[in-house]
Amino acid sequence: MAAEREKLVLIGNGMAGVGTIEQILKLGGAYDITVFGSEPHPNYNRIMLSYVLEGSKTIEDIILNDLGWYEDNHITLHTGTTVTRIAEQNKLILTDNGLAVPYDKAIISTGSNSFILPVPGSTKDGVVGFRDIADCDAMLAAAKQYRTAAVIGGGLLGLEAAKGLVNLGMDVTVVHLLEDLMERQLDRTASSMLQAELTRQGVKFAMGKQTVELTGEERVTGLRFSDGSELPAEFVVMAVGIKPNVQLAKDSGITVNRGIVVDDYMQTSMTDVYSVGECTEHRGTCYGLVAPLFEQGMVLAKHLSGVQTPGYEGSVVATKLKISGVDVFSAGEFTETPEHTVISAKDEWKRTYKKILLKDNVIVGAVLFGDVTESANLQKLVKNSTEMTNEIYDEVMGTSCCGGGGAKKGMSVEAMADEEIVCGCNGVTKKAIVDAVTENGFTTVDEIKACTGATRSCGGCKPVVEQILQFVLGDSFQQSAKQGICSCTPLSRDEIVAEITAKGLKTTKEVMHVLDWKQAEGCSKCRPAVNYYLGMIYPDTHEDEKESRFVNERMSANIQKDGTYTVIPRMYGGVTTPEDLKRIADVSLKYDVKVVKVTGGQRLDLIGVKKEDVPKVWEELDMPSGYGYAKSLRTVKTCVGSQFCRFGTQDSMGMGAMLERKYERLDMPAKFKMAVNGCPRNCAESCTKDIGIVGNDGGWEVFIGGNGGIKPRIADAFCKVKTDEELVEVCSAVIQYYRETGNYLERTSEWVERMGLEHIQTVIMGSDDNRKELAARIDFALAQVSDPWKKMLDDKNTRTALFEQTQV
Amino acid sequence: MERSNREYTVGAVEDFMPQIGRVVNAGEVELAIFRTSAGAFYAIKNHSPHPKGGPLAEGIVSGYYLYDPLHDWKIDLRTGEVQAPDQGQAEVYPAAVDGGVVKVTLPAAVARL
Ligand SMILES: Cc1cc2nc3c(=O)[nH]c(=O)nc-3n(C[C@H](O)[C@H](O)[C@H](O)COP(=O)(O)OP(=O)(O)OC[C@H]3O[C@@H](n4cnc5c(N)ncnc54)[C@H](O)[C@@H]3O)c2cc1C
Ligand code: SF4
Ligand code: FES
Repeated sequence: MAAEREKLVLIGNGMAGVGTIEQILKLGGAYDITVFGSEPHPNYNRIMLSYVLEGSKTIEDIILNDLGWYEDNHITLHTGTTVTRIAEQNKLILTDNGLAVPYDKAIISTGSNSFILPVPGSTKDGVVGFRDIADCDAMLAAAKQYRTAAVIGGGLLGLEAAKGLVNLGMDVTVVHLLEDLMERQLDRTASSMLQAELTRQGVKFAMGKQTVELTGEERVTGLRFSDGSELPAEFVVMAVGIKPNVQLAKDSGITVNRGIVVDDYMQTSMTDVYSVGECTEHRGTCYGLVAPLFEQGMVLAKHLSGVQTPGYEGSVVATKLKISGVDVFSAGEFTETPEHTVISAKDEWKRTYKKILLKDNVIVGAVLFGDVTESANLQKLVKNSTEMTNEIYDEVMGTSCCGGGGAKKGMSVEAMADEEIVCGCNGVTKKAIVDAVTENGFTTVDEIKACTGATRSCGGCKPVVEQILQFVLGDSFQQSAKQGICSCTPLSRDEIVAEITAKGLKTTKEVMHVLDWKQAEGCSKCRPAVNYYLGMIYPDTHEDEKESRFVNERMSANIQKDGTYTVIPRMYGGVTTPEDLKRIADVSLKYDVKVVKVTGGQRLDLIGVKKEDVPKVWEELDMPSGYGYAKSLRTVKTCVGSQFCRFGTQDSMGMGAMLERKYERLDMPAKFKMAVNGCPRNCAESCTKDIGIVGNDGGWEVFIGGNGGIKPRIADAFCKVKTDEELVEVCSAVIQYYRETGNYLERTSEWVERMGLEHIQTVIMGSDDNRKELAARIDFALAQVSDPWKKMLDDKNTRTALFEQTQV
Repeated sequence: MERSNREYTVGAVEDFMPQIGRVVNAGEVELAIFRTSAGAFYAIKNHSPHPKGGPLAEGIVSGYYLYDPLHDWKIDLRTGEVQAPDQGQAEVYPAAVDGGVVKVTLPAAVARL
């Protein structure tokens, strides 16, 4: 067993404290660690509560370290436990539930509390602060039940709370004591632009109002102001400020001013007791943003791990409002005095504003509104007290005359702060990417992905990752360095397909063996791809490999994050019958389906079916599989069309249902969506489908390559045809050509751009023979398919192996 | 109180398809059992070490590696160790074939859960 280690106790399971512990672990500090937190949750990202309120994140999403992390790092965690005293004499930490834990070193990181205005009525029901998960939950619940809300305080927190409540459908008024919003970060000009923008987004304002009383009986009904006027509100959020949480320190006899007083190494007046975070006062300042707290934590972590470090000297704070469409930024000094030299630019048409303050030609502060691309750069300039020069002026004011778009982009990557998050999904910083390139000699996005995780989830950050690569590598960056379909092989899709055909390879195993795969059985990228290519090349003889299918396809249902499944029956052309609906309802009730949801593709999701019930649900529905999970035709969306619509010139419902019946079940490189409209009004939204069809008086118009997903793309006009037969032939040829030339997982939107629209038009419309052959090949492949639900129900062994759970 | 490890017979060899996981509840523990193409058996707790959790049984198996079905983490079935760039550890338990049946041993602490 390891030698006896010193005991480190962290009081407060928040961002600053746990950030410090993470650093200590990284530095290899040898401590037995115990953490106490008053909240019942593991460590979460408090900043993101604003996103939870706004609805773009869930509580689960913002957990920073789950319970497993504490376990893995051998940290003892006591949640729901409040520390009441530090007993210096016998070096014990005492808690409200009677624990007494010995320490050698202790860190107080108790954060702060919402400041609740001491006015009559502030303890009524329906009045909350905005600080933690409980507050956030209270707001989400209130929005379901009430309509009018008031947010007292027009600072960062108040505005984010207000916008969140507006998004939740409430009628929200922000009450602010002063005439300017965010007056501690913004000047008057930026503040009024901000108010105008938020008003446009639906927030109301009551400016210059001092709240003197909250009215109501048990529950709040409104606010009364010092001028005698009133504002009705069924729910009130107080966001007027925070108060460092110093009770514990006070009770333990530690020196406290506004916050817990510390020196440059975060040492309090009590030996071996340190303090970081919002509860701390350093050189007379208490900080209320995370960046300074992490800087404090870094110094403390080094100090506690025995690593030499200069002391903490205070931070320059910068603010950014997390409301979409409202970009504001401020750093350092922002109110101008006669000592300042002011550079400013206001553009009322583009609604942007930029102000930079100089003192003796040194950049001391900046405010940006509307366009915040220079924020990282300016923050750095302020932090380093940089002298203004002509070059810097041109750069930050965007007046530089040389350099086109490309150069400008490079600049912004260059100016990006090291710690700025590039990949939001996976929390990868610019520095992590730069390090991956310089330390490992990586030259491609894929290598960076494998090493850091960046670009792995939504892919939205890929352009920036590419820019960083380009910036770090300079000329040696080559966009199209040869790359295989995954890290198991250097071969491209086309090479693999060619080898399969030339050598007559029949199974993924054979392909990987003969073509010298690095990992003998491939990975989750290449196995499904090779399985698809084999099926496409040998439609009649290839035996589909269940073990090479992604879970959804293997199970023929969509897995949800909790391990339950979504079952989607077919509804050809989005049309159903009362009988089918009744059956769906009966089965849903019987198997306790959690949610029945109408999808974007015009059909019904039965969400939350237990794994072992899935086959029974299929059996009792007795409908074909809707392939909601598959890389094949999902749905053909239709409008009402000539059967009922007064504008309709073509029978879109009939055509849609026919096409869906024809192409269902066939594997494709990626999911595939179609739409059919009865007239050019386009009610079924053809422009975002892989194939979109629009009826007109004399026939049909075909569009291809549309997408409404991650990379939206409007479909290209492909051709016009006169008859239904021609329409079907064109669709068949397009789909088959895509099947034969598409990369696995490549949507038609990307495929059309890669192959070129004209090329596809030439292949399909340029030669009748070609088109007919493609159509014949797809018909041959279509003759081989069968409904997977039926097949699975008939195959008892597979069904048991996949769905049943045994108890032993 | 029982202190020793506990052995569970989780099924016959042919109950398990190669490279396709299967869920077996042993006592209170939900296990995902895998049979590799080489015929080896592995038992792992059916809970992903990814912060968002989720099942493991439906992942893609390659050699003795498992690709987590929800998050695509690559996990070594022998040790439970998550491969870079991700980090974590899944719980694995000894599994063995004995006379045509598959047996998994759970440590006392887990078996009593
Ligand atoms: C909605 C919201 C949005 C924000 N947005 C931003 C932003 O965009 N940018 C930014 O920089 N900052 C933002 N902040 C501020 C940022 O979240 C805080 O500065 C930061 O979380 C403070 O970290 P901390 O560790 O000091 O305190 P906390 O994260 O509050 O952690 C303190 C913890 O200690 C616990 N505790 C207290 N007393 C005891 C005790 N006696 N015993 C045991 N446990 C105790 C508390 O329960 C709490 O969990 C935001 C804050 C909120 C509430
Ligand atoms: S696209 Fe035309 S035919 Fe179809 S519903 Fe709209 S208006 Fe009617
Ligand atoms: S932001 Fe990087 S993958 Fe989503």
